[in-house]
Order: sequence, then structure tokens, then C-alpha cells
Amino acid sequence: MSDLAFEHGEEHPPHPFLQHHFEDLGQQHEASTLGMWAFLCTEILFFGGVLLAYWVYRIMYPAAWALGAEQQNTLAGGTNTLVLIVSSLTMALAVRSAQLNNRRGTVLMLILTLIFGTMFLGIKSYEYHAHWMEGLFPGAHWHWQPKDPAISALTPKVQLFMVFYWGLTGLHALHMVIGVGLLLYILARAWRGDFHAEYYAPVEVMGLYWHFVDIVWIFLFPFLYLIPHVGAHHVG
Amino acid sequence: MSDSLPPQGGHVHTPLHHVTPISTYLTVFAALAIGTLLTWYASTLDLGMMNTPIALLIAVIKATLVILFFMHVLHSTRLTWVVLIAAFLWLGVLFVLTFSDYLTRAWPIY
Repeated sequence: MSDLAFEHGEEHPPHPFLQHHFEDLGQQHEASTLGMWAFLCTEILFFGGVLLAYWVYRIMYPAAWALGAEQQNTLAGGTNTLVLIVSSLTMALAVRSAQLNNRRGTVLMLILTLIFGTMFLGIKSYEYHAHWMEGLFPGAHWHWQPKDPAISALTPKVQLFMVFYWGLTGLHALHMVIGVGLLLYILARAWRGDFHAEYYAPVEVMGLYWHFVDIVWIFLFPFLYLIPHVGAHHVG
Repeated sequence: MSDSLPPQGGHVHTPLHHVTPISTYLTVFAALAIGTLLTWYASTLDLGMMNTPIALLIAVIKATLVILFFMHVLHSTRLTWVVLIAAFLWLGVLFVLTFSDYLTRAWPIY
């Protein structure tokens, strides 16, 4: 092993970002991405557990779930879905630019990803504010009632729906905030010129996280904004 | 898939990672955008019992596209595939076992 490393060392001096416990940058890259995937597996089960509880209650209270989804701003949620998809595209292109030694492209695409990610959080804040003003925040501040008094019995279950709405979108937004923070760090490193065709694992791992958060929203949008109405006989 | 892997056993200093063409990324992006609009449009139609399965199907297709192309799983090592499939397997266990309880509580007892 040592003579091999020496042999290679003649052509390429040891890379400054190659950790000593890895043989080469390729092995380090595989370990980094695999580690991220292992983390994302725990994330899949983390969100999966909350979504499971969501579905149990949605099957129990379909009318309240449809009524709760009706209180959502579908245009804002749909726009945010598209904004996140665009940010995923720019994130993928940032990784691609790094693979091709394109520092300017990487920096530009990371900045665009940051802008779209921040735009998502801005639209989300606007929605949160509207919900708060309408009394759709569960707990002591809750003062929302359905317009039709005949279905006022659904109110506690709509409140339960909103617990899932705030919980799921809140967890997602927390992931977005962390993602924006990580993007700033990756952007600073890209700006400094750390990344190139042989060393871009941090950009790749950043992308894996970002795309995962996008996937969560791909499910949250139909689950929280677009619930079909079932027959009126399902009240309760 | 094989083009992303360094030759087995050889100590390769410069691994050749697969670089996805921009056209592929743009095609996937277009499919995701169309899928989003389709999800919204389908929700405005009264499809009876089919509304929820259709919304779920579109979301699963969109997620699969993101995983395979944006997250490069299509060109990843088999170990990555195993780890990912294991996650969904356990997610399946979580859902199937829970629903085998909740969805069958209303069934008549013989």
C-alpha cells in the first residue's frame, strides 16, 4: 500500500482534503455519500412515522381532513412546490459544475439554490402568518370555526389536522433553514475554490440533503393542500 | 451504472464519476413540474375513490425521478441501492403492520 501511495504521490501530491484514514479521494467520496444515505434513511423513517400517524387520523376523520386542507392556500403551496423543484434543479447543476471544474458555475448555481430556498421560506412565512391571523394555530390561540355551523362538530378534528399541518411543515421548514445554513457554508468553500472534478463530495452530499427535503415537500403538498372531499355521510 | 465505478481492485487515484448531461436534468425538471401541475389539476376533478391513489402515484413517480437522477442513485454503487431499499423496506413494515391493526378494527368479528 505504501509503495502504491508513493508511486501515485510522484504525480499528485497528497490532496489537502484527503483524510488520512482513506486510501484515495474516490474511496473518501463513496464513504461520504454512503454516510449521507445512511442519515437520509433515518430521515425517511423520521418523517415516515409522522406521516403514518397523519394517515391513521386521515382515515378516521376524512371530512375534517378535507375541511382542513380547504383552509390552505393552494396557490402558495403549489408555487412553493415549483420553487423547490427549481431549487433542486439548480442544486443538481451546482454538483455538475463542480464535477466539471467549473467554479463560477458552481458558485452561481449555489447562489440560485439559496435564493429559491429562501423564497420558499418567505412564501411559507406568509402562509403561517395568515393561519395565525385566522386562528388556525392549535391550542389556546385557536379561534377558527367552520362557516357552516352545521359542521361545527368537526372543529376539534380540524384542529388535529392543523397539528399535523404545523408539525409536518414546521419540521420541513426547519430542514430548509438548516439546508440554507449548509448552503452558505458550501458556497463559501466553492467561492474559495475548494472543489474540482476529483473533490466535490461536500457539494454532492449537500445535494443529497437538499433533494431529500424537496422529496418530503413533494408528498406534503398533496397531503396537506389537496385532500379530496368524501361524501357528507362521513362527518366525524 | 458500471461507468461510475472505479475498476475493482485497482487503486485509482482519479475516479471517474458519472456526469449527467444537462438535457437529462432539464427533462427530469420538466417531468417534475408537469407532475406538480397534474397533481393540482387531478385534485380539482371528482374521481371518486381514485383521487387519493392518483395523487399518491404522481408523488411516488416524482420522488423516484428525484432519487434516480438528481440524487444520482441510477449511477451509484450497489451498496447505495441496498441502503436505500432497506429504508423503504422498513418504512413498508412500519405502515403495513400499523394499518393491519387500524384498518381492520371495523371488520366484523366472526
